[in-house]
Amino acid sequence: MSKQASVKKHTEPLIHITKRTNISPLRAILIRAIAVLSSFIIMALLMFLLTKENPITLITSMFQGAFGTSLRTWVLFSDTAILLGIALALTPAFKMKFWNCGGEGQVMVGSLVAAMMMFFVGDSLPFPLLILLTLLLSTAVGGLWGVIPAFFKAKWNANETLFTLMMNYIAIQFVTYFLKLFGNAQGNLDPMLQFAIPKIFNGPYFLNILLILVICAIMYVYLRFSKQGYEISVVGESERTAKYFGINVSRVIIRTMVISGALCGLIGFLLVANGSCSVTTTIAGGRGFTAILVSWLGKFNPIYMILTAFLVVFLQRGTSFTGEIYRLDTSMADIFIGAVLLFIIGCEFFINYKINFRKRDKEGK
Amino acid sequence: MNTVALELKNISKKFGDKYANKNVSLTLHHGEILAILGENGSGKTSMVNMVAGIYYPDEGEIFVDGNPAVITSPKDAFGYKIGMIHQHFKLVDVFSASENIVLGIKEPGKFKLSEVDKRVAEITQKYGFQLNPQKKIHEMSVSEKQTVEIVKVLYRGADILILDEPTAVLTPQEIEKLFEILRRMRDDGKSIIIITHKMNEVLSLSDRVAVMRKGEHIATVETKNTNEKELTEMMMGEKVELNIERSEPKNLVDRLVIENICSKNEEGLPVLNNVSFTARGGEILGIAGIAGSGQRELLESIAGLLPLESGSIIFNRPKKGLPVSFYHKSFTEVLALAEQGKFHYEDGTPVSFDGMHHAQIRELVNEGKILFNEDDVTNLRDKTPLEIRELGVRLAFVPEDRLGMGLVGNMDIVDNVMLRSYRRGKSVFLDRDNPHDLAMHLIKELNIVTPDEHTPVRKLSGGNIQKVLVGREIAAAPSVFMAAYPVRGLDINASYGIYNMLNKQKEQGVAVIFVGEDLDVLIELCDRIVVIASGEITGIVDARSTTKEEIGLLMTKNRLEGGSENE
Repeated sequence: MSKQASVKKHTEPLIHITKRTNISPLRAILIRAIAVLSSFIIMALLMFLLTKENPITLITSMFQGAFGTSLRTWVLFSDTAILLGIALALTPAFKMKFWNCGGEGQVMVGSLVAAMMMFFVGDSLPFPLLILLTLLLSTAVGGLWGVIPAFFKAKWNANETLFTLMMNYIAIQFVTYFLKLFGNAQGNLDPMLQFAIPKIFNGPYFLNILLILVICAIMYVYLRFSKQGYEISVVGESERTAKYFGINVSRVIIRTMVISGALCGLIGFLLVANGSCSVTTTIAGGRGFTAILVSWLGKFNPIYMILTAFLVVFLQRGTSFTGEIYRLDTSMADIFIGAVLLFIIGCEFFINYKINFRKRDKEGK
Repeated sequence: MNTVALELKNISKKFGDKYANKNVSLTLHHGEILAILGENGSGKTSMVNMVAGIYYPDEGEIFVDGNPAVITSPKDAFGYKIGMIHQHFKLVDVFSASENIVLGIKEPGKFKLSEVDKRVAEITQKYGFQLNPQKKIHEMSVSEKQTVEIVKVLYRGADILILDEPTAVLTPQEIEKLFEILRRMRDDGKSIIIITHKMNEVLSLSDRVAVMRKGEHIATVETKNTNEKELTEMMMGEKVELNIERSEPKNLVDRLVIENICSKNEEGLPVLNNVSFTARGGEILGIAGIAGSGQRELLESIAGLLPLESGSIIFNRPKKGLPVSFYHKSFTEVLALAEQGKFHYEDGTPVSFDGMHHAQIRELVNEGKILFNEDDVTNLRDKTPLEIRELGVRLAFVPEDRLGMGLVGNMDIVDNVMLRSYRRGKSVFLDRDNPHDLAMHLIKELNIVTPDEHTPVRKLSGGNIQKVLVGREIAAAPSVFMAAYPVRGLDINASYGIYNMLNKQKEQGVAVIFVGEDLDVLIELCDRIVVIASGEITGIVDARSTTKEEIGLLMTKNRLEGGSENE
């Protein structure tokens, strides 16, 4: 046996992978930049093959789609704000390693409550009181939606991922039921525009942006400088450590999920009262899930998350515009976004690991 | 005839920017036992891992029997007749010894387990192992499991055996047995590499010693031509004084009286059975036992982390000074206590706080001029860690699981220092100023090597992690200091630094409880040693008059009685 092995040719393996311990921040940024750039190049090439258009014009049209008119720019930033808002809501839970996949449902119940308030008591209450009450109730119900899985997690260690996902479906069904009972013949609820929050500047956008930026700042301070934020980090890192230092883990889980759900509920309120003034089952539009990605990509840091939320919304709006112009299927936009994100996530590998190729000559280095 | 079994030439291995091994050249002869000696982190394990096919060297070559060898997997290593016995066993619990031994071997022809049993029996007889091939792994003691690992390697025809710290989990008696077998294998022509950092084992077992330091091979010397002092100096690269200065205990007071505590684990099996002992302020109480005999559960039950079935943990308050709970009381509560005559001056006259300002009182208290009359005893049983702290019982605990319980790996030094004190004050925001000062103080005082105070602790070396943890616990001015394996993974200098810190605590009247694994250290450091076996106390001995053998016997007392039924 050993003879056979010893006559084997003496070669190094072609590549071997080693872990990087410390990479300079500049290098890490460079790797990410290269990743985004390569994804753009690849997607531009792909689009070129499909449309035979100049890739540069394709990319330019993306920017046009995002920034082309002042309205487009407002919508871009407002959409960014909404997505960022949901991501901010999920972040404290994620920092606690509580995988809240229920942002979608928590937003939806917030919206449902807002629409119901307008529908049932809108006419009988003075407007400021209506808005205030609606705001409070939406947030409260959002919080409730978040706290149910948290309670089961804290009490019986139920899997929060599945639980929060299931809660989404319940929320959808509630909305469907409401629309069935009170919607019009097409199963829609006519917008109750008379109850919309008054427009600032040219639309609902400014308020969204302002409000979410304030929430962003508060969340940053909360996570970083408050005792509760500190407890969240400790629980997330190690429950054993938390328990040993007298942190009531169940309480932290429940408290954090109230915050997480309530913030989602608040976003749901904004989508109705400062938006459509109606409710549909797609009002959250998958943003409850996209926000998970925004939060992760931003490494749970509210400030970085502004950038990641912006990137995602920019891509969505830019590619869908390009898609319309060049008559590509709408899924092209999703493919583009998917490709960019894949590259960004994939490049983490190159930040954490180094690939060593076999050296041709030993004296080479 | 070629007597070199294995040769490493200029082997280097880098992890990130750091060399785990740098230009290591080493030879192993046929029929010898080569000990590899070095501090933790000196590159011993990473070097043998390259021989065993776990890592692949970045540079350099390995020769087996004079021929260049490419070892990219443990399977390749077996092809070269190299076998490694890892520190952590890799066995399937529900399989028998023989089943584990043949696992993964592809042999032509029909497979017959009885054949395997026979061959296993041959091997065990040849070298004098005691092993029942049909016994299941989960029924085995640690030493039996290790035997299975060794036989597994021999069964595959290994001529070169590598043992990574094989003695860490064994009792002195088991170690002696293992060494006998290793000597027999050497006489049979096998080549053996044994990694250890225990000097006495090196001297009694090996033919030659290779000393590693900071990833480099310093020298290989004949064991018979060297001594402990020379080896230590080679290992450390400098002259070191290795003395534990054990002072005579003074002013002993019974601080923690543990009576008949019992506890069961999740499966309902007893992990602590009628444990009773007293920890006294002003002495170091050692706890000796085979790993997993209930040491962890014992400390955790005192710390309020493990519910007890029965028994009591009585804490006697220090008579001098005020309990911390004082600081949690409101001013009116303090005044009410004063009216009951609970506070008095050193000479015994009761304190009336009439006309005194809150701050003034605090100052007197801090200076130790006011004493608290409530010389109460507190039962810590069934109290949570937070309740224990609120009672003013200052327990310091350095758990076995440093990064999983004592510290948070991803947080920086400041945030870790804060774990105990972050609640202080009514503000909803954290006060990071005081913890920052404490962190800077610890870094300076304990020579913690770190880029700065904002480096996540998991990035520090084992010794520095431990310094952060121990430093924080000492800073809390404890009256009971519990440490579980506080020097595990630390180099000699760092270990002695920790021993000195514990000794200082003892001199200040703290009741120190030290769970250790190295019996030599336990005997040198402690005043009394409690021996625990299978969750029961099998003896409490005076460290100054006991021997390693005595402790070793106590450590296996229960097991031997229990084991005889199985035979």
